[in-house]
Amino acid sequence: MMEKMVFGRYIPGDSFVHRLDPRSKLIFVFIFIAAVFLANNTVSYALLLAFTLFSILASKVRIGFLIGGLKPVMFLIAFTFLLHIFFTKEGDLLFQLGFLKIYEEGLRQGIYISIRFLVLVLMTSLLTLTTSPISITDGLEVLLNPLKKVKFPVHELALMMSISLRFIPTLMDETDKILKAQLARGSDISSGTMKERIQAVVPLLVPLFVSAFKRAEDLAVAMEVRGYRGGEGRTRYRQLKWDWRDTTALLILLAVIVALWFLRG
Amino acid sequence: MERILSLQDVRFTYTPDDPDGRYAVDGVSFDMQAGEWIAVVGHNGSGKSTLARLMIGLLFPQEGTVGLFGDPLTEDNLWEKRSQMGMVFQNPDNQFVGATVQDDVAFALENNGIPFEEMTLRVQGALKQVKMDSFLDHEPQHLSGGQKQRVAIAGALALRPRLLILDEATSMLDPQGREEVIRVILDLRERTGLSVISITHDLEEALLADRVVVMNGGRKFAEGTPQEVFLKGEALTALGLDLPFAMRLSSLLGEQGIHTEPGTMTERKLVEQLWTLRSNR
Repeated sequence: MMEKMVFGRYIPGDSFVHRLDPRSKLIFVFIFIAAVFLANNTVSYALLLAFTLFSILASKVRIGFLIGGLKPVMFLIAFTFLLHIFFTKEGDLLFQLGFLKIYEEGLRQGIYISIRFLVLVLMTSLLTLTTSPISITDGLEVLLNPLKKVKFPVHELALMMSISLRFIPTLMDETDKILKAQLARGSDISSGTMKERIQAVVPLLVPLFVSAFKRAEDLAVAMEVRGYRGGEGRTRYRQLKWDWRDTTALLILLAVIVALWFLRG
Repeated sequence: MERILSLQDVRFTYTPDDPDGRYAVDGVSFDMQAGEWIAVVGHNGSGKSTLARLMIGLLFPQEGTVGLFGDPLTEDNLWEKRSQMGMVFQNPDNQFVGATVQDDVAFALENNGIPFEEMTLRVQGALKQVKMDSFLDHEPQHLSGGQKQRVAIAGALALRPRLLILDEATSMLDPQGREEVIRVILDLRERTGLSVISITHDLEEALLADRVVVMNGGRKFAEGTPQEVFLKGEALTALGLDLPFAMRLSSLLGEQGIHTEPGTMTERKLVEQLWTLRSNR
């Protein structure tokens, strides 16, 4: 199941997009998300779609792979599409089958909203596909740095994120081990009613939690011994480098936004 | 010779409010000179891990003093003293903080505010010392236990410590991983003369040390060179410690009427005696 998930997965590569600084990618995606809402007619939506395709090409991520990973989201897109088609009753009547009436405006709104959805999901997936989670964390830490002025624990949050990311595979292995140990003792989580299955998960979770707390304690001691005293006076080993690529990417985005502004009706 | 560590009548209990509470460490004293390797051995609950925690200021003794590099360890100089020592724990997974090998090695450097340029050099250097320099970008889940422990040692070495404490650092490893880690320590000692304290219940490992401190019930049971300590034979087995394989074998051989020199600790020496047994007669 985990192998097929595209959302939140990172594929190492060496494309233009991969080499962007995580800060510029984060800024890019946030601005893009806001810019998507500027589009309101066919030309502007076409531009959004074209720009998204262009970004995907620049990232050299296989389109087939992206589409394959979109399947869970496809359902949501189809659902909103149908909602708009059947419940918008404006414009010319295009098609009628019994009580089902499809109006021109409904079809148009349905398509627009689907494109909007698609573009948002594709762009955010692209961010996580081309940026390692740890880089995203680094980028966020630097971007959120100004919030330190209002006593927001930016460094602590970033460290928590990176430690959680680091421990995901460890805890997955552990879950697998516990699962096998419980299976060997005759526990069965793959059959029975929903209630029985949920109950069978309890003997899986309890040992997992116990060991996670134990690990957390060990880790805290190890960190303390290695001189961790919070973010104060700390230097950074991971350096972020902003170069011409980042400036170019943001300038292209700016151009797209200006174009959207003029193209919108 | 400079005194790196000195414990004086250290007493510590986890239950200070309980008048009948047992002392986990009960009046232990010993000194350590720069460049020494001391093994602290004892079975579970003998107080050896508590002793390690007292040495690095994770715990403070109720009585007695822990002296590090010439001064007593206090709350005030704790961080400064810690920046001069490294500690490697038992579980390879639970002490890996960074996302990749190089991040983890850099962690202690970041904490101590070492500038970036210096950090890259030190990370490279430390990883080279433990022969993990080709694993810079590896993630912990793709490393073996022995490799993770070597990274942990590199993380300690990057700070250029004067004292390295190994708290059962090899006890969760397979024989191959244990071998790797011990070889790295031996190599380090040879090249840099690093002072090492290894807390262990593996007596084969203790054999490699300059001095062995045997702990039992929170007290120091014996202290001396491995030869002196292991000659106590029976007394050690009574504490629940295993004797080194060569010693056990020679005592069994002795029962069969084949007598080897007392104090034969290593397999190599035993083999030597056995194959020359006839010619000496």
